[in-house]
Amino acid sequence: MNIRHAKTVLLGVLAVFLVLSLFASRINGYWLNNLYDIGIGIIMAVSLNLINGYTGQFSLGHAGFMAVGAYTAAVITNQFGELNVFAESGVFAVALFAGGLAAALAGLLVGVPTLRLRGDYLAIVTLGFGEIIRVILQNMDVVGGARGLSVMHGWTNLFWAFGLAAVTVYVIASLVNSTYGRGFIAVHDDEVAAEAMGINTTKYKVTAFVVGAFFAGVAGGLYAHSKQFLTPSGFGFMQSITFVVMVILGGMGNTIGVILAAILLTLLPEGLRLVSGIEHLPGIAAERPLNWIGETRMIIYSLLLIVLMLTRPQGLFRLKKSPLAKH
Amino acid sequence: MAALLQLDKATIRFGGLTAVSELDLHINANELVGLIGPNGAGKTTAFNLITGVYQPTSGEIQFDGKSIIGCKPYHITARHIARTFQNIRLFPSLSVFDNVRAVFHSQLQGDVRHALWRGKGYHAEEQSIANRVVELLEIFQLGKFRDEPAKSLPYGDQRRLEIIRALATNPKLLLLDEPAAGMNPTEKVELARLIRFIRDKFQIAILLVEHDMPLVMEICERIVVLDYGVKIAEGKPSEIRGNPKVIAAYLGQESVAAPI
Amino acid sequence: MTEFLQQIINGLAFGSILALIALGYTMVYGILRFINFAHGDVFMLGAFAGFYLAPKIATLIPLPSILGGLAVLVASMVICAALGVLIERLAYRPLRRSPKLTVLITAIGVSLFLEYTGQFVFGAAPKKFPQILPVYPIAKIGGLSLNSNQVIVLGTTLLLLFVLRFIVLKTKMGMAMRAVSFNPEAAALMGVNTDIVISFTFALGSALAAAAGILWAVNYPAIDPLMGILPGLKAFVAAVLGGIGNLPGAALGGIIIGVIETLVSGYVSSTYRDAIAFAVLILILLIRPSGLLGKKEVEKV
Repeated sequence: MNIRHAKTVLLGVLAVFLVLSLFASRINGYWLNNLYDIGIGIIMAVSLNLINGYTGQFSLGHAGFMAVGAYTAAVITNQFGELNVFAESGVFAVALFAGGLAAALAGLLVGVPTLRLRGDYLAIVTLGFGEIIRVILQNMDVVGGARGLSVMHGWTNLFWAFGLAAVTVYVIASLVNSTYGRGFIAVHDDEVAAEAMGINTTKYKVTAFVVGAFFAGVAGGLYAHSKQFLTPSGFGFMQSITFVVMVILGGMGNTIGVILAAILLTLLPEGLRLVSGIEHLPGIAAERPLNWIGETRMIIYSLLLIVLMLTRPQGLFRLKKSPLAKH
Repeated sequence: MAALLQLDKATIRFGGLTAVSELDLHINANELVGLIGPNGAGKTTAFNLITGVYQPTSGEIQFDGKSIIGCKPYHITARHIARTFQNIRLFPSLSVFDNVRAVFHSQLQGDVRHALWRGKGYHAEEQSIANRVVELLEIFQLGKFRDEPAKSLPYGDQRRLEIIRALATNPKLLLLDEPAAGMNPTEKVELARLIRFIRDKFQIAILLVEHDMPLVMEICERIVVLDYGVKIAEGKPSEIRGNPKVIAAYLGQESVAAPI
Repeated sequence: MTEFLQQIINGLAFGSILALIALGYTMVYGILRFINFAHGDVFMLGAFAGFYLAPKIATLIPLPSILGGLAVLVASMVICAALGVLIERLAYRPLRRSPKLTVLITAIGVSLFLEYTGQFVFGAAPKKFPQILPVYPIAKIGGLSLNSNQVIVLGTTLLLLFVLRFIVLKTKMGMAMRAVSFNPEAAALMGVNTDIVISFTFALGSALAAAAGILWAVNYPAIDPLMGILPGLKAFVAAVLGGIGNLPGAALGGIIIGVIETLVSGYVSSTYRDAIAFAVLILILLIRPSGLLGKKEVEKV
């Protein structure tokens, strides 16, 4: 997927969302939040896709990077009171960027020790790192500890959420489709051969982690300024799994598929809630309420995972012959 | 003239097993050398020593006048030694084109930020790389497969692709690990021609590990024989053919004089 | 000093339970080179099996009693053994030839499935495990107190370890297990029915996990469907610590982690307790990835 003048497209998309965000007050707040969640989900999924899908490093701690970014950005913006639009944008941008950097640093810390590890070990260690981050945050009273942190400003809007999502997709897709980026996939396919062909596999793996973590941090910042309340437990293993499911569902290494999966899975709980709100099915089944569906979201997720792996491990959205063979 | 590649008493031990023992091996620029020996003689291990996959327990390995001990495989490649593998190791997720293209990353002028900004310089560079990839593919008649997944190629073509990929790293020395494995007689004839062609056109030295005796005898200028990690003979094909030590080493396996 | 010894005893008890779970991980890994992510949840199901069986068994054998407790233990071990075999059959066997990552993800799926179905069926709120064993104080030396529950944990663990050792070293099936863990293809060529061996391994590991679940529930009577997550992860770390694939290593690892965690929790800070195991994991993988008793594996190029 090599769009000519991709930069122009990106700028166009950003402009569109800037305009949209100005009219956002017309949209129901409930749906607005869902849209923000979608944007955040896309960033998380696409950034994780770089690590898991393209480079083949199975990371189960992505929510940890999100947490680092969220808390960092929140702490920064909490220093400020009410600001005018321009100052607000400036501070927000800085805060988000800082969150991304902090998360990138965490990514470096995680990436380096995990270099020599194979798939299953790597998964557990990244899981462990995610949990360690969570435990540390839980014990940091300066950011609220287990009781949580309030975020003063709800600055996330359509422009920021989707604009940054577009930027993320652009950056990661550009990266991967370049000659440099083919190296990630080479590392994923065969490390020994990649090394023999002059590819510094270590550098690529760490780069994947750092870049992926950076964007997760940015997403975290967006999340913080949307929900306006952070707790460490919201960034645990279950969250990481959600993003992993997005990547798997979309097809590891398939950017478009992953975006679709992110949208689908973000809306799934809402969809389920809608369905479960249907008190009764008409006709024969009229007597049986469907509110149990909402409770079973995680059960559905897990069955989805199992069935997917058993039947279609390449993901739902892999349509082309070999989608990684782009240039 | 100093040799391009020089191994001096290179030795590697794995626990109690000495896989390669005090190997003296040299290859001059543009030479076509064969490395043969019964199974388990240590040929692939020698390759792995040269390419940095293993580090020698003792001894010295020099390339182009500099020691390459302690270098990681991707350093070795940067020093212009390339290799292929016994079991073909292509990048299965990538197309034929991309398998070769991925190698060119080391020759990139711009870096990561370049790829992100995608200015004129980036596009020019990508185009130049694309041209070189196509050029290489065309030389070996694989140009028409360029967008096919690498793993969909017939076996012989996969082997050729692996060689092309290695050539893309711009080597001065090319190590071929059993390139004739799994080939029928016609393909082997083609392979012999290919190897000679590569040596002549690209002006590189080639070290060839092979079990197919007629192939080795036919194209190699010089042959080194290993048995249990030790060099037991070295010389021109005619000298090796009748060498009693070599025949003895192979007894119980394929005889040296056996036809294809 | 007595406080220290008390902590040691607590740590040993906790560590024994971890050891039992760790054995299951290490056995499956030894045979299939695969981390059964869902193993910790079998531990949870063992506890719940005991919970629902106890009243039924109480109609035959009065509880609490030694015999009754034993019956509950054995019954839940049998149930979980069957469950382990079922999981393997349905979720893992079809993927035997698939890339390792696929099976790992499936295992995560199974784990989540067990946890959340558990929440759905049993209810998410913790339940009180009934008392199935009579509790006698055994010793009270100085400030040190030892009661029968702890002795039972240690004793049962030791007993099960001996039984396991016997099975692995002295029986035909055990020999088959060892053969498959060395080289599955060669074992198959020697006439070993790898499918049966694998099923048996899962059964054995799951039974041990169930035992761990019961022992846990006896000592910490609050059980809930997510109780297997942390002990499962810690037991996995224990298995890695001891050398994954190495049975005595898994037991040793369990004890070590149990003791370290209890000591740190007692003397340093209890809030960082859960992070200990992960810290140990990272350290071990950095310093000595083959574990304390494991061998180094060299990749053939």
